[in-house]
Amino acid sequence: MQTEKPEAQKIAIASYLILLGFLIILLRLWQLQLLQGDEFRKTSESNRLRIIPVSAPRGIIFDRNGIPLVKNTPYFCASIMPEEFHNANIPYLAGVLHIPEDELREKINRKAQSPFTPVRLKEGLSYDEVSYIEARRSDFPGLFIEIEVSREYLYGGIGAHAIGYLGKLTPGQSKDPEFKDVPPNAFIGQWGVEKLYDRSLRGTPGQRIIEVDAIGREIRLLKENPSVKGADLSLSIDIALQKAAEDAFEERTGALVALDSDSGEILGIVSSPAFDPNRFAKGVSPAYWNEIMNDKKVPMLNRAIQSQYPPGSTFKIITAIAALEEGVSASASVTCSGGMFLGSHRFGCWKKEGHGTVSLHRALVESCDVYFYNAGRTVGFDKVHDYALMFGLGEATGVGFGKERKGLIPNTEWKRKERKEPWWPGETVINSIGQGYVATTPVQMAVMINAVSNGGNVYKPSIVKLSGPVLVRKAAVKPETLELVKKALEGVVNEPGGTGHAAHSNTVVIGGKTGTAQVVGIKKDSKYLAEQHRDHAWFVAFAPVDKPKVAVSVLVEHGGHGGSAAAPIAKQAIEAYMLPVEKKKGLMHVQD
Amino acid sequence: MFRIDRRLIQNFDWLTLAIVILISIIGILTIFSATRQPSAGEAAQASFYIKQIVWLIISILALILFISFDYVWLGRIALPVYVTGLILLLIVLISGRTGMGAQRWISLGPLSFQPSEFFKLMFIIMLSNYYSFSRESLGVTGLLRVFFFIVFIPFVLLFKQPDLGTAIVILLIFASVSLAKGLYKKVIIMIVVIGMISLPFLGNIMWTGLKDYQKNRLIAFIEPDVDPAGIGYHINQSKIAIGSGEFFGKGYLNGTQGPFRFLPEKHTDFIFAVFAEEWGFVGSTFLLSLYLLLIMRGLDTASKAKDDFGRLLALGITFMFCVYFFVNVGMTLGIMPVVGIPLPFMSYGGTALLSNYISIGVLINVRTHRFSLFY
Repeated sequence: MQTEKPEAQKIAIASYLILLGFLIILLRLWQLQLLQGDEFRKTSESNRLRIIPVSAPRGIIFDRNGIPLVKNTPYFCASIMPEEFHNANIPYLAGVLHIPEDELREKINRKAQSPFTPVRLKEGLSYDEVSYIEARRSDFPGLFIEIEVSREYLYGGIGAHAIGYLGKLTPGQSKDPEFKDVPPNAFIGQWGVEKLYDRSLRGTPGQRIIEVDAIGREIRLLKENPSVKGADLSLSIDIALQKAAEDAFEERTGALVALDSDSGEILGIVSSPAFDPNRFAKGVSPAYWNEIMNDKKVPMLNRAIQSQYPPGSTFKIITAIAALEEGVSASASVTCSGGMFLGSHRFGCWKKEGHGTVSLHRALVESCDVYFYNAGRTVGFDKVHDYALMFGLGEATGVGFGKERKGLIPNTEWKRKERKEPWWPGETVINSIGQGYVATTPVQMAVMINAVSNGGNVYKPSIVKLSGPVLVRKAAVKPETLELVKKALEGVVNEPGGTGHAAHSNTVVIGGKTGTAQVVGIKKDSKYLAEQHRDHAWFVAFAPVDKPKVAVSVLVEHGGHGGSAAAPIAKQAIEAYMLPVEKKKGLMHVQD
Repeated sequence: MFRIDRRLIQNFDWLTLAIVILISIIGILTIFSATRQPSAGEAAQASFYIKQIVWLIISILALILFISFDYVWLGRIALPVYVTGLILLLIVLISGRTGMGAQRWISLGPLSFQPSEFFKLMFIIMLSNYYSFSRESLGVTGLLRVFFFIVFIPFVLLFKQPDLGTAIVILLIFASVSLAKGLYKKVIIMIVVIGMISLPFLGNIMWTGLKDYQKNRLIAFIEPDVDPAGIGYHINQSKIAIGSGEFFGKGYLNGTQGPFRFLPEKHTDFIFAVFAEEWGFVGSTFLLSLYLLLIMRGLDTASKAKDDFGRLLALGITFMFCVYFFVNVGMTLGIMPVVGIPLPFMSYGGTALLSNYISIGVLINVRTHRFSLFY
């Protein structure tokens, strides 16, 4: 068929065109693979490599006896990859996850920014939900289950103010270099010791360099820098004491601080009402947050360090020490007829019929106001002020967490400076029994009673177990003075007529002092007063009397008489503390 | 009809067969790599390559069958075969199984196949046969007659499916075979002029007739960076796969774009990208050269055919592979729009492999029987 010359020509033309096309393809290949190859190689690496931060297990917090107070609990979350998920599955999935269909639809469609970014649908799935989904994996393409770790506070709200809670980084914290190693969605300590010791508790996050596929699923682990677990933390808290104290408060508002006599370690610190830190563990719900914030009792306020109250008759301990140190004899007596005149003004004693003739011991035991009016007038309030400061009142204790209030111990100089007024003699009278300007925090009162009972050692309170106590100062008072006062405080609880009889214990000898701080000036029978006008009830205590191991201060807001409202709480806390450790573990249901 | 004489063995086109089988083996190896499950936890669903091996064996048998008789017979049964093809396309349109937003499949019990795959060859046979009746160059009326009676109906049916890729391939085969057949110069000029004038209108009609995903592909071709995670995703990921192969490639089974599912349709339309990632510029050039050799051999077969039917048949088949090759590779390289057509012999797909082998069978037939006179 040689005649078909034009046909051969056409085929030749076709060949050239094809060759040209082939050359174009080769040039393009050259461009992509050789000229831009490096760039594409990098892109393909970053395509498939992900650096996943690995959060470090948070350190466990123990009480002073090694009882764990928190646990890291894994929980399940359901997420979807929008690229793979079929919207037709929404009604079915809503039923499985127990989420309203509209809410689920909204969640899925709201974050439709990239089909390759997972969307979290639900946190904290139940085991039933997880097993249902796992068994029907193929029904829900694009759905996957993730495991997160949350903090579980084993005793709920017990010790909440001391232990604190976790929360996501605040906008301010996320700019702070201190938190630069914290993964963006991680929880850090935002309150209590969780916050105070966050640095060591949170450990060091690790990294996993993994290969992922296009929808971000892990294919293979390439490199792992393990995380370093956070350091465990032993609190000085005795959870048995803490629980006994909080139980004793029941619904009442107030605070308790219990200190170890020999070190100032905090054995218990209560602020009632508290909050449930477990409700913060997976991110606090707006509803719970509003509930807390709108609560008139202000659960987020740590009353033990952030509220100050007139100490009432508990302050007579200081007045008594001042009197003894400044030369008043313990046997010198005063006759109480139910009141005392200063000029034309009568200062009443709480006992209208009077205490009769009392010396220091009985005056403390029965809390005779008239005796301490006189004692204060004898030594002058400036002296009382000095002794109050010596025992840790009127200054921040340095307990270290939360914003602590300093309280107030006035003197003439303070009055002149701050109020631009002279000190009136009547002010000496009322301040000597802990009314007037005098204001203290529960933690200060605990430091004070501890120093009085342990031989004058003012310790800085500590929330963690210490290798050695931090002595702020040794009160410069004679040992005999403290012995006399302690004897009297033992009498308050254990002698007939003692105002603190409600703190009497059959298992341990407790010494203490009641206080009833006036909220309003007119004194009426507290039973008939509206609660917000009732007096604050105080009790400061220590035990055992002969060789103290624990010192306690209790305040019950608007509790009425210190003897009836506050003393039983102190007693229960002390009794719980004196139990053997094994018994405490049993009470707290500790499983070894 | 089924005689095998010595001359046939002597003239057998071993080269074409060898090239095609070599490409198919490379294809199976690449499918294996593209569909392997890199994470052990996932259920092994990588049976694609096994299916492809089974299809390859079936295809080779079919190829032998289509060499065993003189291709001249194909011309004699061209019309009934063509009508059958049209009916199949119609059936697909009426009651097809939907895949990827388009109806392309017919189910026959456990089997399902795409009639459009076989229709292309039927179309080429019909066209070549018709053109071989007359040795005259085509005038306007002749061309229009062919267009309306042979091309227009299947084009509409395919466009409606919609199988845009095959529809365009049909058009291109029609154009190239007509050119090979011979057109008067004034006809060519006229077509070019009319084409240029009507292009905007045609383009508009075509555009409104396209499905959204087809429109997106065209947009993505023009501007792939518009939406890298969306419509430009295929092209960008394909370019990353190919480019990251660099000169020597990442090595077999070391590619990441395909198995990690960054690259969609990695074992079908984008298989060349998977290959290029693992074998680099060197391997790609080798593979492309095999295709070039196959096409050149096809042209050579056409030039050596004993009659016009054989010549046009060989050209039609060669052009078909040519179109597939350039459109597919051009698409994976980002120099052609994403038209969903596979790379012959490489891409996963049983029907396509079978129809391609049958086509190659016919091509070899034309060469093998070029000396046998059997009228």
